[in-house]
Amino acid sequence: MRNVAIVGAGLAGFSVARRLRELDYTGAITLFGDEGALPYDRPPLSKGSLKASVDASGATLRPSEFFEENQIALRPSEPVLGIDTTARTLQLRGEAFAFDALVLATGATPRALPNAIIRGLHGVHGLRTLADAQRISQAFGTAQHALIVGGGYIGLEVAAAAAERGLRVTLIEAGPRILGRVAGPPTADAIRAAHKRKGVDIREGVGLSALVGTDQVKGAILSDGAHVAADCVIVGIGIDPNVTLAKSAGLATENGILVDPTCQTSQPGIWAAGDCAAFPMADQITRLESVGNAIEMGEVVAANIMGQSRPYAPTAWFWSDQFDLKLQMVGLSPGYDRIVTRPGVNPDAISHWYYAGERLLSVDIINEPKTYIIAKRLIETGKSPPPAQIADQSVNLKVLLKS
Amino acid sequence: MSSNWVLACAANDVDEEDVLGVELNGQKLAVYNTPKGFFATDGICTHEVAQLEDGLVIGTVIECPLHQGRFDVTNGKALSAPVCVDLKTYPTKVEDGDVYIDVPV
Ligand SMILES: Cc1cc2nc3c(=O)[nH]c(=O)nc-3n(C[C@H](O)[C@H](O)[C@H](O)COP(=O)(O)OP(=O)(O)OC[C@H]3O[C@@H](n4cnc5c(N)ncnc54)[C@H](O)[C@@H]3O)c2cc1C
Ligand code: FES
Repeated sequence: MRNVAIVGAGLAGFSVARRLRELDYTGAITLFGDEGALPYDRPPLSKGSLKASVDASGATLRPSEFFEENQIALRPSEPVLGIDTTARTLQLRGEAFAFDALVLATGATPRALPNAIIRGLHGVHGLRTLADAQRISQAFGTAQHALIVGGGYIGLEVAAAAAERGLRVTLIEAGPRILGRVAGPPTADAIRAAHKRKGVDIREGVGLSALVGTDQVKGAILSDGAHVAADCVIVGIGIDPNVTLAKSAGLATENGILVDPTCQTSQPGIWAAGDCAAFPMADQITRLESVGNAIEMGEVVAANIMGQSRPYAPTAWFWSDQFDLKLQMVGLSPGYDRIVTRPGVNPDAISHWYYAGERLLSVDIINEPKTYIIAKRLIETGKSPPPAQIADQSVNLKVLLKS
Repeated sequence: MSSNWVLACAANDVDEEDVLGVELNGQKLAVYNTPKGFFATDGICTHEVAQLEDGLVIGTVIECPLHQGRFDVTNGKALSAPVCVDLKTYPTKVEDGDVYIDVPV
């Protein structure tokens, strides 16, 4: 292996490059990006960054010297236009670029509202990139009333930031409740209550029928017929994996670029990692959208480019910061039949443990990182402590870990 | 520079393969009891604001409780993403069952 090309200079692509060097790979690494910037961290974009003006350098993963020292050729303004899987070349704007191994780490794109709803109005934003965050942060400086469409993590974090900036905030969720896909009912309840306390108007089971205004958005008509004022609309209704490049090169895709347990696509020597990649996990094709997945999958791809044949078997984990709530989650709860509550040491802390029978599936933790890190280790090592012990605050979790 | 040994805690205040948070001269530090002996580092992660005393010690590695950045506590080296800035370490010594840390004045 002498020439590794990576498409997408986000967290997954960066992690492949970094880990290749850590594994003493000595050939060339070229990292192609299209955002014109050093790879950066996205989580702050919906958290601290929106609270004030967005500092463009703050979220950078590594300074430019890191790329020089590690001989990672970063080409941040070079969109890859096509892949020739037979000639094993990438099509760039002005040249064909030969590779021995290729990694697709193209990320995802936020879903947009249909044009019939937006009607060409200004003031409607999605949030994925630093540029998006800068636009939204600026809009918060002058707007009075934000409408957040979508009650997932991004929508809720943006709602919290907007409220902290002093805007009046309405959040609508078309599904029956916020965080329907990603957190259990008690966790959603705690988050809803926190938003209510800060004056965020959360409406669940309510969709968006139309935006109103001329040129600039002024308000919205909701699916229940209600009208709300809104001079700034942020849309957080999920993301679609960026598969066009893979698809047009004839790679198998299905809600993501399909990979085998070693993260290889349907073409030998072409790999995928991060938000764009769909991989087998417990007999299901899964796609995770998280920092942990981007880092760990990128690292597995690097190992496998080096010939290690490592299977990717992640433990899903995620976090979200809203107001003074630090929420952390580990594992996947679908299939649970019982929720065990463990009170926290402080009154604002609590954790919810999801079991299927005696088997621990996942844990949601609020304001207690100490509990999270142990819960994560329990799930990673396949340990299922008896629910009665979990519910008993006097039982030291570290002891359960060692037993 | 002359040393400034400050009493941090009793050695048996820190369980084996565990960490304890202490505050010395107004500074948050973390004391580790590892199979290789006692070590001390800054108490706050270099990524965001997380108390390392809430983290998990495995061997000589501390895992941050917020986003699982990992540091080698013997030299402060940042071992895995998302952390990239090394952690500051401080010399330690154990005398008569007490742990002392050399903290700059
Ligand atoms: C606002 C926000 C907040 C988040 N908060 C959290 C959080 O709290 N916790 C958590 O775990 N996760 C969070 N996430 C999710 C996490 O950031 C993503 O899962 C992670 O960034 C995925 O990394 P990636 O490298 O797969 O994709 P990306 O980061 O999207 O990187 C892909 C890159 O590839 C580029 N690209 C695509 N096609 C091409 C091409 N043809 N040529 C060149 N370049 C191309 C894209 O422009 C992009 O720069 C958040 C995401 C967002 C947007
Ligand atoms: S705060 Fe420690 S890893 Fe993020």
